[in-house]
Amino acid sequence: MANMANVLGLIFANMHETTVTDLTKVRALASVPFGARYRMVDFPLSNMVNSDIDNVGIITKDNYLSLLDHVGSGDEWDLSRKTGGLHLLPPYGNSHGIYRGRLEAMMQVKPFIKSINADYILLSDADVIANIDYRPVIDFHEKNNADITVVYARGTYTTEQSRTKTILAVNENNEIYDVLVRPEISGEHNVSLNMFVVGKEFLMDLIRDAESRNLYSFEVDVLQHKLHEMKVYGYKFDKPFFQIDSIDTYFKSNMALVDKSLRDTIFNSDAPIYTKVRDDAPAKYGIDSEVSNSLIADGCIIEGTVENCVLFRGVKIGKGAKVKNSILMQDTVVGAKAEMNYVITDKNVIISDYRSLSGTETYPVFVNKDATV
Amino acid sequence: MKHVKKECVAMLLAGGQGSRLYALTKDMAKPAVPFGGKYRIIDFPLSNCVNSGIDTVGVLTQYQPLVLNEYIGNGHPWGLDRVHGGVHVLPPYESSSGKSWYEGTANAIYQNISFIDRYNPEYVAVLSGDHIYKMNYAKMLDFHKSHGADATIAVLEVPWEEASRFGIMSADENDVIYEFAEKPAEPKSNLASMGVYIFSWPNLKKHLIANENDTGASKDFGKNIIPAMLAEGNKLVAYHFDGYWKDVGTIDSLWEANMDLLNPNIPLDLHDPYWRIFSRNPVMPPHYASANSKIQNSMVSEGCNIEGLIDFSVLFAGVIIEDGAIVRDSIIMPNTVIKKGAVVEYAIVGEDCVIGENAHIGERPEAIEDKDTWGVAVIGHGVTVSDNAVIKPKAMISENV
Repeated sequence: MANMANVLGLIFANMHETTVTDLTKVRALASVPFGARYRMVDFPLSNMVNSDIDNVGIITKDNYLSLLDHVGSGDEWDLSRKTGGLHLLPPYGNSHGIYRGRLEAMMQVKPFIKSINADYILLSDADVIANIDYRPVIDFHEKNNADITVVYARGTYTTEQSRTKTILAVNENNEIYDVLVRPEISGEHNVSLNMFVVGKEFLMDLIRDAESRNLYSFEVDVLQHKLHEMKVYGYKFDKPFFQIDSIDTYFKSNMALVDKSLRDTIFNSDAPIYTKVRDDAPAKYGIDSEVSNSLIADGCIIEGTVENCVLFRGVKIGKGAKVKNSILMQDTVVGAKAEMNYVITDKNVIISDYRSLSGTETYPVFVNKDATV
Repeated sequence: MKHVKKECVAMLLAGGQGSRLYALTKDMAKPAVPFGGKYRIIDFPLSNCVNSGIDTVGVLTQYQPLVLNEYIGNGHPWGLDRVHGGVHVLPPYESSSGKSWYEGTANAIYQNISFIDRYNPEYVAVLSGDHIYKMNYAKMLDFHKSHGADATIAVLEVPWEEASRFGIMSADENDVIYEFAEKPAEPKSNLASMGVYIFSWPNLKKHLIANENDTGASKDFGKNIIPAMLAEGNKLVAYHFDGYWKDVGTIDSLWEANMDLLNPNIPLDLHDPYWRIFSRNPVMPPHYASANSKIQNSMVSEGCNIEGLIDFSVLFAGVIIEDGAIVRDSIIMPNTVIKKGAVVEYAIVGEDCVIGENAHIGERPEAIEDKDTWGVAVIGHGVTVSDNAVIKPKAMISENV
């Protein structure tokens, strides 16, 4: 068994945020609300903690306020530690937090990576919702004596879908022999889950080398261009996951959680997904409430009809309101007799009495944070 | 270690057995009994302390402390994991004088004089760990100071016919207490003590020591300390409270207090963002209501999975209600499973129970002719009720049936 005390987890809070610009206008991708009571970062963070990783850094850009507010000292994830624990790494120096890729981001936090006593670095973006144990991944990396291990999964994608993904060719010995970044192909492929294991010294060399050559992309400049100079392995993850790379995948992934067996897998009670606690009272159902096939967080007060919805903490549904096929984020208030179908509301949205708002399955209406409709 | 001085330290009496809750307190002290969908009773006084700015709390435990100790832990859920102060669980201990068990409420505080003295406080709040209410102790402390009192007792006007169940104060028009009677047969007033006291510490300490040296005393606040203070001419004042307050010491009152949360006319708002009731979080996903479910007039917590019918009920975290099961006018505590076709009516079902398929627990009062045989049915923690079993109203089940 790998010694997980020797692993540093590094989470990139901002990668892929241009794929869901509505949601990331006011926050990093890592702090996008998901699944009625979580934020995207809860998944990589909890997975790391459940895999006994004690040292985690989160690399952010200039929009890190909501993320900082969410993770705090890390105590909700049991990462407020005497030694190690959670380190939020906001932009500093003259970098202004503007980086074009993971390599460039790591250049800016080189002193932090250097200061941590670790043999391996686990890099992860915040775009994947899954319950994954990293211990066998580190074992796999050690056993293969790999330079880089990429976690991947197999799936069928359209050209449209693969345009946001990194596709890997993996042989029977689990070696990766080709890397396609954002290709336009369709069919069944191995897709990168944007989680990588790299030896610390090896990574430091890669960062220094990239710095001297003005390179910035881990995928293009390292995985693609140096693939044949290194031993790169693929670790296949075969449990359910969601990769959020469009409003469409965001919408469908939230909705998919109504399936109990999927929920039991992702929110495995032996490897729970932690999040910031808000101390809301339990959800309250009123006298004429009708709720079906929906996920409801604590703090909600429901007096209307709710069907096929995901309601985040503190959502209020007024008397006679009818809400269908919608995702309502924290503290959204839906007025009496309002009607909604295929709508995503950001935090603190107010839908006035008698309003009607309707999108379609492929194009749900999005209502910005703090807006009143 | 240098202890930073605290103006007011709270001492929470949490050692009570709660014997009138029978099966529910077989394995846990009364303050640890689940309440209101996601809380335990002790969350209310603990949250009141924090929201009132009291950051140093001693929790006096004695009876079945395991669940309570684990629940309080380092106090983090209440923000009571502090460098100076914070929450401390104080079990009875043996000292060179051989003392061990807490022999009464006053003796419990007496045995922890050294704990209180470490913070050198002006005032000590003595609180019961088994009442449901939201109260700003800071306002009561202001009242105590502005009246120059030696002791302030929070009081509530209760219906006259119930007054003989309480400690009753008689106070003049300036709220100065001139008489105190513990559960009087013929009450002279309807001002009932809520079990919330603020004392000026040096004077209380003196009385605790005197009481301890009096071998005939029963070492109880109501029976000894308050009468002794009155006899000595101390200034005791009554602090009037007019919010919601409920002693949940019996099955009926525990059931009622839970049901009160579903009543919009009851002034106990758990959704107030400025007076949150904190609790240890179970770390569970949101609850799910299936296409077949029907839920009305109820509270449902995270982690629940509901496929049946729920009406006028309180469901705690992780409860599973299978297809076709019916739960009415009941309280279902954490992680309990109600199997297909089971019916639960007017019942309290404890933590980690399994109610078998088509079992029938409790009964509506309308369905019973002899009203004396009717009452809330109680299933203790961890009990499995087999398929098709019938549990009568008022039953008290603590073993598998």
